[in-house]
Amino acid sequence: MKQKNIFIAVVVLLVLVFAAGAFMFKQQQAQQAAALAAQNQAALVRADAPTFGNPQAPVHIVEFFDPACGTCRQFHPLVKALIAAHPDKIRLTWRYAPFHPGSDAVVKVLEAARLQGNFEATLEALFDGQDAWVINHTADVQRIGPLLQNLGLDSDRLQQDFNSPDVAAVVARDLADAQTLNVTKTPEYFVNGQPLPQFGFDELKQLVETELAQHR
Amino acid sequence: MAGSSTAAPKPGLWALLFAAWLLAAVAALGALFLSEVMGLAPCVLCWWQRVALFPLVVILALALFPPDPRVIRYALPLAVIGLLVAGFHLLVMAGVIPEALAPCQQGVPCKTVQITWFGFVTIPLLSFVTFLTLCGLLLVAQRKSSE
Repeated sequence: MKQKNIFIAVVVLLVLVFAAGAFMFKQQQAQQAAALAAQNQAALVRADAPTFGNPQAPVHIVEFFDPACGTCRQFHPLVKALIAAHPDKIRLTWRYAPFHPGSDAVVKVLEAARLQGNFEATLEALFDGQDAWVINHTADVQRIGPLLQNLGLDSDRLQQDFNSPDVAAVVARDLADAQTLNVTKTPEYFVNGQPLPQFGFDELKQLVETELAQHR
Repeated sequence: MAGSSTAAPKPGLWALLFAAWLLAAVAALGALFLSEVMGLAPCVLCWWQRVALFPLVVILALALFPPDPRVIRYALPLAVIGLLVAGFHLLVMAGVIPEALAPCQQGVPCKTVQITWFGFVTIPLLSFVTFLTLCGLLLVAQRKSSE
């Protein structure tokens, strides 16, 4: 019996140490992320990044995303609904984080479409047809053509902008900013300059609501 | 039940099996902490070591109640396999075995050193020492049970 008690006590101890260690590590990580974001507001908010909603809105969400990322696709309608639920109170800014192989080319197409005032329609077409061009976690820019056909894009201009160094510079800058802010996964959200304490839509909603309440 | 009449369990056997289980459990939780909490992706060779390690936690625990020395027969081969893979991993990291021979071209390269404690303790070294100690404990336990 004594042996059984020792065994049970050790199992409980191991589980508790693991849980406490995990909790402390996450806590520490969240604090570091918050400090990093606070120190690097310039890398977080770029005036020329694609943005949606009232520019004077009291709550500003910055989203680092990859069009090839499945979770970004799932979050997109949720975030849109969240913004629609608080008209004129929330602004959303997108930052490119093409972490999937091949996704940087797709992001360049997206940025080129934005220069024609077609960012959101193109983004939604890419998300809707994601299964057609993201194969085995690899983005294939050759396959996105059919998705963009009915968006009224000027394809010559799109091609030209796709190859322009300015567009490449925007993508490179966003990736550098993601690195500065230690964004390693997508989607990553910042609300009024603060990272989420933990990833999840509920956490995002809660932080947005806290900020809304403070700026009422 | 003539075959399983283990008579009175040998003194000290339980303690040895318990020590082996405890070591395997701590190592398994440590591996899970590195990958699930800290987010370090395990490379292919790390996975093969995990394959050998994780079942040891379960089968060694089951062999404690009642103390069953026959578990050594099942646990020792796993510990030896883990030891061999960990040894191979150390050689890959040290550059003794050329990269082209290492079965890890995609994902996290096995040559990458993700953590270094005190200047020389890396994850594969911890793994190697763990499997070596497990083999030692199990061999001593086998000796004890066949005395």
